[in-house]
Amino acid sequence: MRLTFAILALSFATVPALAQQKVDPARADAAIKAAFPTAPADWASRLTGDETMQQCSASHNSPAKDIASAIQKRELATVVYPPDNNFIGDWQKGERLAQSGYGLRFTDDPPRQPNGGNCYACHQLTKKEVSYGTLGPSLAEYGKLRDFKPEAVKAAYEKIYNSHVALPCSTMPRFGANKILTVEQIRDAVALLMSPESPVNTGK
Amino acid sequence: MKRPLVIFAVALAAVAAIARAQAQDAETEKAIEKYRQMLREDPWSNPGYLDADRGEALWTTRAGPKNASFEQCDLGKGPGKVDGAFAELPRYFADADRVMDLETRLLWCRETLQGLSTADYVKRPHPAGGQPVKEIGAIATWVASKSSEQKFAAKLDKPQEQQAVALGETLFYRRSGPFDFACATCHAQSGLRIRLQGLPYLAEKKEASKVIGEWPAYRVSNTHVMTMQHRLLDCYWQMRMPELQMGSDASVALIAFLTKQAEGGEIAVPGLKR
Repeated sequence: MRLTFAILALSFATVPALAQQKVDPARADAAIKAAFPTAPADWASRLTGDETMQQCSASHNSPAKDIASAIQKRELATVVYPPDNNFIGDWQKGERLAQSGYGLRFTDDPPRQPNGGNCYACHQLTKKEVSYGTLGPSLAEYGKLRDFKPEAVKAAYEKIYNSHVALPCSTMPRFGANKILTVEQIRDAVALLMSPESPVNTGK
Repeated sequence: MKRPLVIFAVALAAVAAIARAQAQDAETEKAIEKYRQMLREDPWSNPGYLDADRGEALWTTRAGPKNASFEQCDLGKGPGKVDGAFAELPRYFADADRVMDLETRLLWCRETLQGLSTADYVKRPHPAGGQPVKEIGAIATWVASKSSEQKFAAKLDKPQEQQAVALGETLFYRRSGPFDFACATCHAQSGLRIRLQGLPYLAEKKEASKVIGEWPAYRVSNTHVMTMQHRLLDCYWQMRMPELQMGSDASVALIAFLTKQAEGGEIAVPGLKR
């Protein structure tokens, strides 16, 4: 009884504060549109974002269960697999793209080199590279820890192609779905993670 | 029977890997902290003071079609009152009928007092790498330095100001661009890094109040003073967004939100950043 009262009191106390915070989505859209007047016509979608982004923004990346499964379903539909289901490319190329943060910035236009995946910005991968970020989990020994299993290879491909399939509202970019990396490049990134010869797994 | 053993072995290997990574992290973090300490030891080594001096001179220099200086500029505490003005910004200005941060207000003064076009200025408002900070940035550095050692005390209680803070918070969590990034992607947790660069947890008051008061700051990697407006543009650049317009409502709203988060934090301008 007392607990119910406390909860009631708490919800009454928080409601006005939340109401005050509420911003009309149209107002936010208009403010963003006005703030980027030099956006080229084909960059218009960068300003609005798609339904998944809107749902993740609104929930501060903690979507309710039903929204989370809707996101998963929608994002899984975007995944394009390699034609022969051969998920493992060249780990050396994978290492190069893991180091590169090039691509899609307004200073990168017109493109002068292939886009990078910038994996090291957020993840630890090889032992040799000590300049790695910690926004994402360490991926050291990624394949080894998974016994190089075929299911794990496929799952790694899907995670890079579209991270929201495994974790709705993941903060990792959807490298394949948003055409940041090509299927070929994603295969190279998978090789860096999953091939036994990759320094990620040999520890060299 | 075999399965639990395998799971146990995998878990053990994972724990060992995490322990190794943490030891390496601690070592790396120590080296970075030493670098920061060296930067702090001699505060007068901060080249940003040169820009603050240049800003002070620009404040009294006559310019533009109206051949006027900034000396009658009202930063919120009355015309020409600079001491402590930055500590109370952003605020709503009735003459402009807008909430303005320091740089946006300086653009307003430049236009109304000197007769110089804001629309022209915001076409190229920020310096390229290696170039000194531009006119408004230099003045902003000086004005902000005149609130150093004071605490952020913007009231942000007028309806327009509250709306700006709320919009800023919404934009902080708003994902944009092909990388799906929001400010919150990097600044909604404590103790994380991009490569070796530590990221302040700006969604929380404790860390926000430590770092927001250091801008404008001399940024060693760019070899120039970077203002808060420029810093936000740089974040949006990394988010693969177009160029954020200086003085736009979105930029002012984000600064209002960050300043609210930093309430009570000490101002230490010019800061010194990696």
